[in-house]
Amino acid sequence: MFCVFLLGAGDQELFRSLYTTLAQQLPREPMEWRRTYGRAPKMIHLEANFVQFKEELLPKEGNKALLTFPFLHIYWTDCCDTEAYKGSVKEDMLRWQNSLRTHASPDWVIIVVESNDNKKKNKTNILPRSSIVDKIRGDFCNKQNDRCVVLSDPLKDTSRSQESWNSLLLKLRTLLLMSFTKNLGRFEDDMRTLREKRTQPGWSFCEYFMVQEELAFVFEMLQQFEDALVQYDELDALFTQYVLNFGAGDTANWLGSFCAPVRNWSGLLLRRPIDMEKRDGIQRGEASLLDLRSYLFSRQCTLLIFLQRPWEVTLRALELLHNCVQELRLLEVSVLEGALDCWVFLSCLEVLHRIEGCCDQAQLAANCSHTVGLWAYATDKLKSLGELCGLVSEKGPTSEDLNRTVDLLAGLGDERPETVHSLQSPYKKLKEALSSVEAFERHYLDLSHAAMEMYRAIGRLRSARLVGKSLAEFYMRKGDAERAENFLQEALKSYVSEGWSLPVTHTRRQIAECQKLLGRTEDYLQTSALLAGDVNLSTEERKHFCQEVLTYAGKPGDQSHKVTLSMSVFTELTRLQFHPAKASVHSGAVLQVELTLRCLMPVSVHLQQLAASIHFEVNHGDTLRRSKGHQRQTNQGTVEFSLGSSATGGMPASALVPSLELDEVQDRSPTDNSLNSTAVVCRNTHLLMRLHDSSSSSSSPPDTPNCINAAPVAMKEGAQMLKVQDVTLEPGNNSIILTAPSERPGTYILRQLCVTVGHVQFVLPHIYPSVQYDVYSQEPQLTVEPLSEPLLAGLPQMVKFTLLTGHYAVKKGDALQLSNTETMPVFPSTEKKAKTHRNTLVGESLLSIQASEKVTSISLPPTPPYHTLEFQLQVLCIIPSGSQRLPNERLTNGEVRHRPRSYSHPDTPMAAIDQRMSIDCPWSIYSTLLALTFYIPFKTKHSLLSAGNRKYIQVWLRNVSDVNFTLADVKLSEKQQASLELQSLNTKTQQLLCSRHSVFCLWEVRWKDDLPLCLQCVFSANFSPLNQDVSAFKPFHYQFQLERVPTLYSVKAEIFPPAGEQHCRSGLLCGLEVCITRLTEPAEAELAEDSKTDSDGLKTTKLMYEVADSSSNWAVCGRSSGTVSMPMAANATHKVQIEVMPLFAGHLPFPKIKVLKYLPHTPSTTIQPDPDSCLENDSLSLLDKTLEDQGDTASIRSRGSIHSVGSNEHQQQRSSTMPRLEPFSPGQVFNHSQSQQVLVLPAADDHIIEVNAT
Amino acid sequence: WRVGIAVIAKENYPLYIRSVASQSELKFHYTVHTSLDVVEEKISAVGKSLGDQRELYLGLLYPTEDYKVYGYVTNSKVKFVIVVDSSNTSLRDNEIRSMFRKLHNSFTDVMCNPFHNPGDPIQSKAFDGIVSGMMVQTG
Repeated sequence: MFCVFLLGAGDQELFRSLYTTLAQQLPREPMEWRRTYGRAPKMIHLEANFVQFKEELLPKEGNKALLTFPFLHIYWTDCCDTEAYKGSVKEDMLRWQNSLRTHASPDWVIIVVESNDNKKKNKTNILPRSSIVDKIRGDFCNKQNDRCVVLSDPLKDTSRSQESWNSLLLKLRTLLLMSFTKNLGRFEDDMRTLREKRTQPGWSFCEYFMVQEELAFVFEMLQQFEDALVQYDELDALFTQYVLNFGAGDTANWLGSFCAPVRNWSGLLLRRPIDMEKRDGIQRGEASLLDLRSYLFSRQCTLLIFLQRPWEVTLRALELLHNCVQELRLLEVSVLEGALDCWVFLSCLEVLHRIEGCCDQAQLAANCSHTVGLWAYATDKLKSLGELCGLVSEKGPTSEDLNRTVDLLAGLGDERPETVHSLQSPYKKLKEALSSVEAFERHYLDLSHAAMEMYRAIGRLRSARLVGKSLAEFYMRKGDAERAENFLQEALKSYVSEGWSLPVTHTRRQIAECQKLLGRTEDYLQTSALLAGDVNLSTEERKHFCQEVLTYAGKPGDQSHKVTLSMSVFTELTRLQFHPAKASVHSGAVLQVELTLRCLMPVSVHLQQLAASIHFEVNHGDTLRRSKGHQRQTNQGTVEFSLGSSATGGMPASALVPSLELDEVQDRSPTDNSLNSTAVVCRNTHLLMRLHDSSSSSSSPPDTPNCINAAPVAMKEGAQMLKVQDVTLEPGNNSIILTAPSERPGTYILRQLCVTVGHVQFVLPHIYPSVQYDVYSQEPQLTVEPLSEPLLAGLPQMVKFTLLTGHYAVKKGDALQLSNTETMPVFPSTEKKAKTHRNTLVGESLLSIQASEKVTSISLPPTPPYHTLEFQLQVLCIIPSGSQRLPNERLTNGEVRHRPRSYSHPDTPMAAIDQRMSIDCPWSIYSTLLALTFYIPFKTKHSLLSAGNRKYIQVWLRNVSDVNFTLADVKLSEKQQASLELQSLNTKTQQLLCSRHSVFCLWEVRWKDDLPLCLQCVFSANFSPLNQDVSAFKPFHYQFQLERVPTLYSVKAEIFPPAGEQHCRSGLLCGLEVCITRLTEPAEAELAEDSKTDSDGLKTTKLMYEVADSSSNWAVCGRSSGTVSMPMAANATHKVQIEVMPLFAGHLPFPKIKVLKYLPHTPSTTIQPDPDSCLENDSLSLLDKTLEDQGDTASIRSRGSIHSVGSNEHQQQRSSTMPRLEPFSPGQVFNHSQSQQVLVLPAADDHIIEVNAT
Repeated sequence: WRVGIAVIAKENYPLYIRSVASQSELKFHYTVHTSLDVVEEKISAVGKSLGDQRELYLGLLYPTEDYKVYGYVTNSKVKFVIVVDSSNTSLRDNEIRSMFRKLHNSFTDVMCNPFHNPGDPIQSKAFDGIVSGMMVQTG
């Protein structure tokens, strides 16, 4: 809606008749309002106010009023008579026009009303209708024909009348808007011009204010509230700028009036649309700053509420209040102390009232976030007023306080008429609150709780707690420590959990005060201890709080009641170190635990006792769990503890959640180490569970003294402990050494730490990460090992005996009893000293060794438990010299003597001998069996060589060790035959036998009567490692047996060329004559063995011969083998002729001739024939194979092993059942033509030479 | 104080907090702590409306009689809070914005230091220098 003045002139009668219709019809249609300065066009409805024209109503020069400005002048006439027009109407019109012109009001319109009635009335001097209008147009509307409008039959309800009304209204609206726009524009221009002059002297803000407000009013009337608000905002900004400039030193004269001392602080008044009282003040230039601000804000508030933006009101209100306080400070306006508080308080409540007045409850509740600031501000201000007026103290206000109250109330003035009847007006509230202590408390609590609840409702918990803290301070002033503490604890909890150390310290100090007042000793001591260690406090303060604790602790009295506090407030365990570092000792050993404690107290504190309680576990399954524990726990025996939140200052407690610590536990059967069960164990459940509990209980009121610490756990009495008495902790790091109990073997877990200072105990309920140490018990252990590898048999070797005493203490007179064995004598060592170790050398003592026939007794020096005793002995392992059977012997301890047997070892070419020792130890009734492995440095082989009847024995000795030896006195002897002579063919008496080298020795056998069938030989030599003196020579024996030594037959072969040839030729048959001659008389054994009595009484034996040429030089024609019967007499000869053909030319070796013993079938015994051993005479290939096999066995047999002798017997048994072949021993047949060659010429007529080229 | 600057971790504990005057330090701490309420409110409000296209500068958190509290939050939810005395009228929105930007840059440098453990209080001299510079400039 729009309100514009229209001045009507001319026919008043006529105007009055049309006025109602006009006033109704004009605003019905909206018009588009195009605006200057690029502002957006708007559709507006025009509503007009019609006023009768009077000369004095026309605006004077320099008029600033826009509200009463006549925008359009209308002249009404229904004249249709030319005479009348000429006579009076024209004159009147002229006069009207002139007065308009003089007042520069160019916006006018002449309305001519026509009606048929009029025409009829003046029929006579009637002119054509148009002519009057034309006349008027001609006279006045100089080219502005639209300034004259005709309205036809306005009072009739015809279409013609309607049409003319519409065109009139449109015309009026258009003209009106044009005029309005023009005049508004002019007004704005003027206003701007005025504003530009603001730097000129004499410019008045108040004057300008009125001008711009006029504009605002116009917009408001046009319902353009937004535009209206802009005007006020501009004024606001302008004024603010002036104040700021003033602050910067740029003063404006007019500002002086605003700097007058504040005399009235009645607060904002928002209940009137326009506070004319204040407006007048401004107009008169008498307004104070607060007046101006109040008025401006009340207008802005009104417009914002019109715009339905109540929340902006609250926002702006808060800004305004802050700003005003600042501006008064900046302008150095003198204000009574507390007056501003009153003003702010009243204003806050007034704004809130105003908002409550235009919103419903639901809206208010939903927009708490907009109002809560005002509530909190009001609370704040009321509190400071209360403090100022002595309403907060316990005693009540003093007279001085009362005077001040009176002064403050005086500045409020009388209550505004608007609120006189309201019971809850801000004015009444303030007055009441300042009237008495009780009323103040009631109002203050109301406000505080309201603010807190709103903050909570919108989730601003920190703000709510801050209000709560302020409330707590109030309660403290009133001496109500209990309520205060609740609020403080809540606030503290949030500061602690978010890690704000300074607020924590401050709040905690307030809590300490509360707790002291309340007499809550334990809590107070806990808090005091916390504060004593708080680096945010000054040293004096810290000392004070520390002293509080120490004073209590030192109070004489009942010692049985002790106050238990959390250790973290007092000292921090930063590191724990074990000495020795592996944290595992044998029972009874000394284990020290070094604690590094960081004392947080500002002064040194004397402790009566520091104790760590232990949880003891016996190791059942043993080993595995222990080893796991070690892995995790100790890094060189040191455990570092992560520091608590107070030390780092940064991380809040909530950020330090310990991680899950899991261990695998396996339970194994103690007998066979098989897995019984396996499990995962959480090692720090106590911590995790505790955290969980405290967080879940946080909804209940906090009952712990300081939320950061759970209630300290009392130490378990009677448990095993590490203790130290009378220690003084200095501020900072302290190192304290405790001795750990280590009597029983098992695992000791450190659980708690407790510090006792007089009546006060500081307990660390859980040591985390968990710390443990192990105590073990060990059986004595005796080991023996070679001093150098490998141990060589046959030479004295040093071996080291190591005795780990374990839990056994070696007493004086204790001795080790070694059962002597012949194969390994023990020599007292050259160095008869025993060393005692315990990580380092502890002592050396002489070892006394007494050897008797059966035992060697080694007396040990007295040695404490868990020490290592070392000594060396020289032992010699005698090399077994061959096959000798010793009678079973029994050792002294009744055990069957173990005869060491050599065996071949995969790692070394040397044959190894395991030598066992049996030792009786003083700590056990059982003998300790120890084994040493020796290696024989030599390998030997022997062989029998023949030359006709002459016999030679060759011994091959190979050094298979890595040591070089000197070999001396090589001898071979025969045991049984005294007549036998063994003549050495060895030249050197001493010779070098290097590592991996061999020596051959040769003896010729000479005999007088008969060469015995069997020889028992012993090869012996002395050897010593190279470059050692003669005394170091040790014997080496090698026994062997040679059988069937004498030569029974000689075989002689001859090859004859074919008849008529001088030489053999290839391809031609030659004759091979084999001559087998018996060389010796049959021995008795031979006679009994396998002979047959011939028909002529001569003893014969059957031989089988065989010609075999393995190298395919010869082709045997006809039979290659056959049997011959040899008479058993010396020089009995048998010749065999065989035809052979050389296949090649050259010096061909003779074909091989083998002679074997043929044992024919004896039918007398009936044993199933063995098909395997069936002799197949006609199969040569089979024979070949058997022969070679037999040769092999012969070589084995020649070594003289007992086994082969046995098998021989067996063979003989079998021989009686089947015809068999039996080879002779190598010495029994001597082949003269061995390796003999014969010249073969190429075939005579063969001239072709085959050449093979590849 | 004329100007106070605080850096607050994602978990709301202070990483760096410094004000000019020591006597009102406590009040400064309380103010910054309380301002976290509004920071959180703004972050959640912004999160709802704009999604990932987020303005780091939160603007004036709330005014009080004596000072103005401005907020800024990094993408990793580290908050910067600048508290300015109300009487200090020379600092407009733009100046505050550029202060935050400078602060953020320096903070990023601190985080890039391989020896700095994120989450630890800031002890960087360079950062301290930047803050000191701002305080001298504005205070």
